[in-house]
Amino acid sequence: MSAPVDELFDCRVAFAEQLIELAHEDERIVAVCNDSVGSSNLVQFAKEFPTRMINVGIAEQDMVGVGAGLALSGYIPFVCGASPFLTGRALEQIKADVAYSQSPVVLCGMSPGMAYGELGPTHHSIEDLSWLRAIAGLGIVVPADPQETKAAVRWAAAAATPVFLRVARFKVPAVTGSRPFTFGTATRLRDGDDVTVVATGTMVSRALEAAAEAADRGVSVRVLNMSTIAPLDEEAIRAAMRETRAIVTAEEATTTGGLGAAVAAVVVTEPSPVPMRMLGVHREFAPTGSTAFLLEHFKLTAADIRAAAVELAR
Amino acid sequence: MLVADPRSAAAWRRLRQEIADAAPERRRELLRERADRSRATDLRMIGRAGLGHVGGDLSVLDILTTLFFGVLRIDPEKPDWTDRDRFVLSKGHTAGALYTTLAACGFFAPAELDTFAAPLSALNGHPNRVKVPGVETNTGPLGHGLPVSVGMAVAGRLAGSARHVYVVLGDGELQEGSNWEAAMTAGHRRLANLTAVVDRNRLQQGARTEETNALDPLDDKFRAFGWDVHVVDGHDHLALLDAFTAPRSERPTCVIAHTTKGRGVSFMEDRVEWHHKVPSPAQIDSAIVELAR
Repeated sequence: MSAPVDELFDCRVAFAEQLIELAHEDERIVAVCNDSVGSSNLVQFAKEFPTRMINVGIAEQDMVGVGAGLALSGYIPFVCGASPFLTGRALEQIKADVAYSQSPVVLCGMSPGMAYGELGPTHHSIEDLSWLRAIAGLGIVVPADPQETKAAVRWAAAAATPVFLRVARFKVPAVTGSRPFTFGTATRLRDGDDVTVVATGTMVSRALEAAAEAADRGVSVRVLNMSTIAPLDEEAIRAAMRETRAIVTAEEATTTGGLGAAVAAVVVTEPSPVPMRMLGVHREFAPTGSTAFLLEHFKLTAADIRAAAVELAR
Repeated sequence: MLVADPRSAAAWRRLRQEIADAAPERRRELLRERADRSRATDLRMIGRAGLGHVGGDLSVLDILTTLFFGVLRIDPEKPDWTDRDRFVLSKGHTAGALYTTLAACGFFAPAELDTFAAPLSALNGHPNRVKVPGVETNTGPLGHGLPVSVGMAVAGRLAGSARHVYVVLGDGELQEGSNWEAAMTAGHRRLANLTAVVDRNRLQQGARTEETNALDPLDDKFRAFGWDVHVVDGHDHLALLDAFTAPRSERPTCVIAHTTKGRGVSFMEDRVEWHHKVPSPAQIDSAIVELAR
């Protein structure tokens, strides 16, 4: 039951450290990027492995196709780009060349959600989870903190399956501790029996804060870190329905098709659905503002999560 | 996943050797005969299935036949051989031409062609590498084959392998921008282990390429992107062989193969409506008579 701590981390740092460590161990690991050597935090990787850093320039369709060609030739490509451009520009390549062709590419969506704050909706990637969740055979992993990012990178390198890894830029505290990352499995970071908060990525630490605040108001909140969005841990959702009375989902993404929609699809197909609240962005382009401001604007703070949980517990 | 057919593979080996050993004119004859047999097979297959892309199948078959019977270092009985040459059909809608060619090589039994497009068949309207040996990546949406082939060529170089990557592009699909992203990358990285063949039949689904969104001068475009370019008659097997085996510089190679859509069937040749029209049984019979001449 780790209380959130003060130190905050950019998960891209953990991502790069782990990738370099793995690249030393396995020469099949290569990085492919779209000019984003800096923003994908690959400067050190490029220094250490100049021939294994394939920068195709500002050309996302080419980038994903090249990644597929490498994967189909026995390499383990980590294809890195800002998430809005990787997923938006190359969506058909992700569908046809990666998922449908079963080429084991690790697609790394850097700086997702509203990490680019004031740069605006062109640079936000709140649609990525919805778009990608519709694609068969593509794993979707959203680590909550640096430890989990490292564990997910290690898993992805060995998985030999198409996967999208959403790597946060907006700083988060360490919350997962030494818990192992298991693809497809939610982890229970806090137990509770009134309401379950299912959170992913940057929202997990906020869900833990919300749970602590709710406890002060006499509401017992379970927190699930749903770090795999696809395939979803449906059993964890069913357990939450049996053992708590309501579910709140929280994601730095549009609720149209992302985590909230995925959880809702489980909830409404069970014989006894429970009430739900879906926190996220509801089909809206963000106004101007920093990431922190936008998370407040879209009611994605710990206080907002707590309010939703307490309201449902009544 | 379909499995290799040893009898067909043995026949492929014998014919390949005969073609390699033959004098040029005989070599041309053998390749033409083989391509025209594939044309006939393809027409019957499309007739049976009631769908297919007959025009583009007939235009690309001399290119495919030349590659599979004269150039590619492959073993149909070992489709996963690491150092095999890679072949990618970017114009995936002409899957019929690829399937007839792969069957003729023994990647799978020719009898499988009877299942083309039938429910649950491995032979989808567009090729699937998970189901069909010899298919290296799933294609169908246009503009995908060249970027993937560039990745394969980068991989071949990283691995220090002598394998070569061949990709066949439709001309119409060069209107997709992704091709030019990949063409830049191949030129910039001097991927000499990559050959792109453009099936330049000058027709796309609805009209002529030059009336729709002109591609010419296509040779200058590829040269400007850092490629060596050969312009050949795409139905002249010896000219194709020469282009594929010409000494290579340090640049990627583009072979612009001028072809005729519907090649070999007089009433289909260079006619836009035969992009994916299905011939009647009588038309198929008369086409096959023409091809046998």
